[in-house]
Amino acid sequence: MAKDKIAKPEELADGINYTPPKKDWFDPKVEFVRGRYNYASTPSGLEYLGLPNPRKWQPDQEDWKLPKDWQKIVLKGFKERLAKFRSFKIFMDICVRCGACADKCHFFLGSGDPKNMPVLRAELLRSVYRNDFTAFGRVLGKLAGGRELTVDVLKEWFYYFYQCTECRRCSVFCPYGIDTAEITMMARELLSLIGCTIDWITTPLANCYRTGNHLGIQPHGFKDSIEFALDDLYDLTGLKIEAPINKKGAEILFIVPSADYFANPHYFGFLGYLALFHEIGLDYTFSTYASEGGNFGLFHSHDMAKRLNAKMYAEAKRLKVKWLLGGECGHMWRVVHQYMDTMNGPADFLEEPISPITGTKFENAKSTKMVHICEFTSDLIYHNKIKLDPNRNNHWRVTFHDSCNPARGMGLLEEPRYILRSVCNNFYEMPEDTIREKTFCCGSGAGLGTDENLEMRLRGGFPRANAVKYVHDKHDVNLLTCICAIDKATLPALMDYWVPGVEVGAIHELVGNALVMEGEKRDTDFRGNRFIGPPEAQPKEGKENV
Amino acid sequence: MSIFYSLLAITVLILIPIVGVGGLGWRYLFGVIIPYAAFGLFIIGIIYRILLWAKVPVPFKITTTCGQQKSLPWIKNSKLEAPPNSFWTAMRMSSEVLFFRSLFRNSKAQLKPGPKLVYGSGILLWLGAICFHYSFLVILIRHFRFFIGPTSKFIEIVSGLDSFFQIGLPILYITDLVILIALTYLLLRRFLSPQLKYISLAADYFPLFLLLCIALSGTTMRYFTRIDIVAVKELGMGLAGFHPVIPDNLSLMFFIHIFLVSSLIAYFPFSKLMHMGGIFLSPTRNMANDNRKRRHINPWNPKVEVHTYEEYEDEFREVMKNAGLPLEKEE
Repeated sequence: MAKDKIAKPEELADGINYTPPKKDWFDPKVEFVRGRYNYASTPSGLEYLGLPNPRKWQPDQEDWKLPKDWQKIVLKGFKERLAKFRSFKIFMDICVRCGACADKCHFFLGSGDPKNMPVLRAELLRSVYRNDFTAFGRVLGKLAGGRELTVDVLKEWFYYFYQCTECRRCSVFCPYGIDTAEITMMARELLSLIGCTIDWITTPLANCYRTGNHLGIQPHGFKDSIEFALDDLYDLTGLKIEAPINKKGAEILFIVPSADYFANPHYFGFLGYLALFHEIGLDYTFSTYASEGGNFGLFHSHDMAKRLNAKMYAEAKRLKVKWLLGGECGHMWRVVHQYMDTMNGPADFLEEPISPITGTKFENAKSTKMVHICEFTSDLIYHNKIKLDPNRNNHWRVTFHDSCNPARGMGLLEEPRYILRSVCNNFYEMPEDTIREKTFCCGSGAGLGTDENLEMRLRGGFPRANAVKYVHDKHDVNLLTCICAIDKATLPALMDYWVPGVEVGAIHELVGNALVMEGEKRDTDFRGNRFIGPPEAQPKEGKENV
Repeated sequence: MSIFYSLLAITVLILIPIVGVGGLGWRYLFGVIIPYAAFGLFIIGIIYRILLWAKVPVPFKITTTCGQQKSLPWIKNSKLEAPPNSFWTAMRMSSEVLFFRSLFRNSKAQLKPGPKLVYGSGILLWLGAICFHYSFLVILIRHFRFFIGPTSKFIEIVSGLDSFFQIGLPILYITDLVILIALTYLLLRRFLSPQLKYISLAADYFPLFLLLCIALSGTTMRYFTRIDIVAVKELGMGLAGFHPVIPDNLSLMFFIHIFLVSSLIAYFPFSKLMHMGGIFLSPTRNMANDNRKRRHINPWNPKVEVHTYEEYEDEFREVMKNAGLPLEKEE
């Protein structure tokens, strides 16, 4: 594995240089250095999904075993997408290369590689666009900034479009709203036409398509996981809790990213949901068929996103629920908020969501009929429907990482903060330039969270980690909360590397800790840490080590 | 190389009227025919480009939210940054078009020892951009006095404000000075910032050189060589009224100026200068963040293959049965 080769944090940071080389960027040659790219898709997943050109190959090999007419396929795909997506056409045409985006990308800030400046990432496609689809480019060629689509250009695309996490931070700063996520999505679609995709995306896709979730957990395994969690909750609280699965006629279908019931530290947030729903007596159900909120299809193509997302409405219809509730997840919410209704709606068989506990109408979700768990829980808290003891989180000094998609693809900024302020006493914001709409990505989103890509992840996550370090040094912050499954899976490694001593947790883990449940007997949080009680009950030395 | 070729192109563009008017005396060609042709190209080109963009569908509502969404009634919605409806979307776009809202956010990242990433102000770019664009607009408005009969009140007011300080003779227009400074800044940053230099193409230098030469030739005529305003107005009104006449006392500098302007407007629709039109059609900025409230229709929404529940249950019926999960069909 690449891990042992990675330099120490100080050395890695010392090597970052934001001054680009003297020579121009037109030479597409890239070196596939281990630790900075992802492995190619294995054929089985592509075959299962019926995707083009499955074969055995790896990016660092000279021969990518491309189909004979690959160039034609890509250019045809390019042309089609220019005619189908106004975003793509406009973003190819209007960039003035003002450079406002250049130092806004976490991969540029962590690597100094000039082709990680969003403007240049887009120019990799734009140069081919100019060469093949504009009059100036056809006549003037390189002088007009045109480049021919060669194998090397294709390899360069693969390298850099799988070095973008589609976080959209650059699009906040662009005076024309050019969104690199959109450009990366197009580039990845073009690459997928000739089978140049990565395994960490396509294998989860195949799993999700078949079993309903990325991890490939079959229905009985899903049930086991839930029962395991319920047993844990019994041990922690002394309460016998139920969680219905595939229950027809339940009021709400609850969908979470699969890591929530299978991975740490997601799991503690999952316990939080279960405890909360038990306490308020929510009539809900899980589904095994739609047991994945996340949608790696978004990282592959619009079609794949649609094929996976279709399960949510299909299952809601089959189970005859009234509306959908979604767990803490980043790109899941990009899909649910910005794509689901368009792709697989209209959801006219569902009802406009109303909280059965508070009676609040979720007007903002009246067409898509899916509510974010943070909207749901903050509404409960606002209406005093649950009893909370924030002192139970006194062993945590908390900061909040806005996950890219809920922040910039949804505008969900205040709900999680409102919850945090209600469930814990020590909440500190990171510096202004690194939160809310300006939040920095974890560096591992959009399907790049693999071990083989670890060096690039640590580089991409550097700006986020550096902001955490600021509050860790200043306020002794020891818990980084977030509402995204990829964050929770990858931030722990990032913290270990850049800011040791900071753990990662879910918002609903802290909700679950603070939740005072009827008949409960507990003196530890979900991780087994003893509650330290109110400040006056704490030893004078203060700083508790967790 | 990009700088060299852009300079070369500009030199050629300056030489053309020098040879054409100065050498060959083709005053009608350069004073009437070329400006008409360029203007025609400008209008037709812009319409063509906008239609080309507008005919491409918008399959998804991909608003970039830069503030709090409208959700629960007690949470304050940032209407301008995450517009809840079309009115606020229009306001958001106005803030982009009139005040360059997004560029105003610009910051500058620096890596300090520690390592410590700090984000300083990047406001200069915004300032340079706003100064250039507004000066350009005012200068454009001022120039209308050459094309219409008795000067309108509006142009008089704009010109009056522009010469507010009453310095020099002829009185200095503030925007003449500002546009030269702004253009020089915008050009210098492409030369001096290594990052900017790396990303700049000929298509970035060329318009700046062109605009700079236009501004320089214009200010030279106003402040130094003292152009015959009456003659210019005669030409301008002739052109505007489609009765073009070429007055005698128009200097060579004037022909250079008008040829560069013709080049600019002819080049405009086919270049990055069209960013002006593009911003109105940019899908991350021109749509409301009301995705879950109002369904957006994709006109080409494709039919895709899905894995149905029935297929799923067929595959997993046995294990589901053993796990006691409810089934649609027992067999």
